Amino acid sequence: MADLRTSIGKLQLANPVMTASGTFGYGTEFADFVDLERLGGVIVKGTTLHHREGNPYPRMAETPAGMLNAVGLQNKGVDYFCEHIYPTIKDYKTNMIVNVSGSAIEDYVATAERINALDAIPAIELNISCPNVKQGGMAFGVTAKGAEEVVRAVRQVYDKTLIVKLSPNVTDITEIARAAEAAGADSVSLINTLLGMAIDAERRRPLLSTVTGGMSGPAVKPIALRMVWQVAKAVQIPVVGLGGISNATDAIEFLLAGASAIEVGTANFMDPAITGKIVDGINEYLDRHGFSSVRDIIGALEV
Amino acid sequence: MKKYILDLKVRETVAVGRQFVLLRLTADDQLPEMVPGQFVEVRIDETPSVLLRRPISIHYYDKAANELGLLVQLVGNGTRWMATLEPGDTVNIVLPLGNGFTLPADTSVRPLLIGGGVGVAPLLYLGQKLKEMGITPTFLLGSRTENELMRIAEYEKVGPVYITTENGAVGEQGYVTQHSVLTREQFDQVYTCGPKPMMVAVARWAKAAGVACEVSLENKMACGVGACLCCVEDTKQGHVCVCSEGPVFSIDKLSWQI
Repeated sequence: MADLRTSIGKLQLANPVMTASGTFGYGTEFADFVDLERLGGVIVKGTTLHHREGNPYPRMAETPAGMLNAVGLQNKGVDYFCEHIYPTIKDYKTNMIVNVSGSAIEDYVATAERINALDAIPAIELNISCPNVKQGGMAFGVTAKGAEEVVRAVRQVYDKTLIVKLSPNVTDITEIARAAEAAGADSVSLINTLLGMAIDAERRRPLLSTVTGGMSGPAVKPIALRMVWQVAKAVQIPVVGLGGISNATDAIEFLLAGASAIEVGTANFMDPAITGKIVDGINEYLDRHGFSSVRDIIGALEV
Repeated sequence: MKKYILDLKVRETVAVGRQFVLLRLTADDQLPEMVPGQFVEVRIDETPSVLLRRPISIHYYDKAANELGLLVQLVGNGTRWMATLEPGDTVNIVLPLGNGFTLPADTSVRPLLIGGGVGVAPLLYLGQKLKEMGITPTFLLGSRTENELMRIAEYEKVGPVYITTENGAVGEQGYVTQHSVLTREQFDQVYTCGPKPMMVAVARWAKAAGVACEVSLENKMACGVGACLCCVEDTKQGHVCVCSEGPVFSIDKLSWQI
């Protein structure tokens, strides 16, 4: 059994496997399938200052080896989270991380401040990259200046581990990653979904109510892997890799490319028990290759 | 109810007309409890481009025979793959999912089960459960032509069956909501599953007639457990997940214009 422990700044993880926000609910939805305490972390559904109903149905379209979603950050707001959801998840012995979204800097700050007060939440993932709502954060995530402003403002009120989730829908993701680092982020996670579109030719209509949506799944993995590789070389802070990870081999590829931890998203829909299998598979790989620690393979790609 | 991920064994894949198959599935261990109206999610193998599981309603669960029946309409690559399964093959299934129909509290209730197209599938299991409770369900099943009428003999074992076809080949011609049984007989509970326009028409009829009505929805879904919020329906409580809060809803809870 290899040592699977890793870290994101001061946040210690039992292993590198976390769940991607929006694909795993609050974790409890998957508790019949996965022992949540075997995971490095659970990143819960995007939370905003106020209740959001999200976008109209239809919000999802399947594409070859992928899917598009246009959920639009449906959630009941941070107060509801603190009062009703936090009590149901706070006792799990894993890192329960809240994904924080917003449409204005003040909203991000107010939400992060509320989460900062919750003892059992050791980190937030700041979502500056949701493609599905107007001003859904992606406005901040597509310019270095926007990213720097929102991260700096949140950093003022948030003392714990601050992970900033980056959008791939930019010309140069390393520029945004460096801006987040300069503004005080402890880590960056990437990639959020790629902006995509699907059409029903027979009906001559878009398949999503919002016309465009965020693409995820195995089809995006090569793009995500390339971006993680580029960003890991561009910043000093730890990188969390995600985008199409569907099995242990995929996860290991991201670690080799420089990710200190990974997130599993769409694959949870294909196999609700996949995250536990990925933990086992990473361990098996390390044993097979004679590595005593997962930290030995982070950024170990030989070029 | 606890949910399971199971590798089920195919006993038989039976063609039902040209557009449907019946999958007869079993397992070495006893299958978990499942209630009428719940559904399962089937993993599609050997077609790597099909990512998501396919939600399929429970057509029947025969506990004594330890057999789960799924009636599948052949729509795309996923469902067509299911039709290729042979006896002895395994298929990976998450079950049971969703809430299920509300069973009547007393046996004097006269339920009408209205199905259209492949939406007739969950009504067989519901009818069987009602019959076990000592209630005789009446079925009203609609389809475009005689070719989409499925396994009618199975429904006839459970209760009286009335049929409409749009071309008039079998039963009365027209839509289910035009069938004469609706005016001839009294019902005090309607359960319906089928194409949305049909369910809306049924809901409108039930509301006007003052009859309680539950509908089973089939919105496009991904996770099946209420996590991804893709399959939402508009309700009086806002957007709720069909996969976890439904698929069965009382029409009083929905924001439908009826």
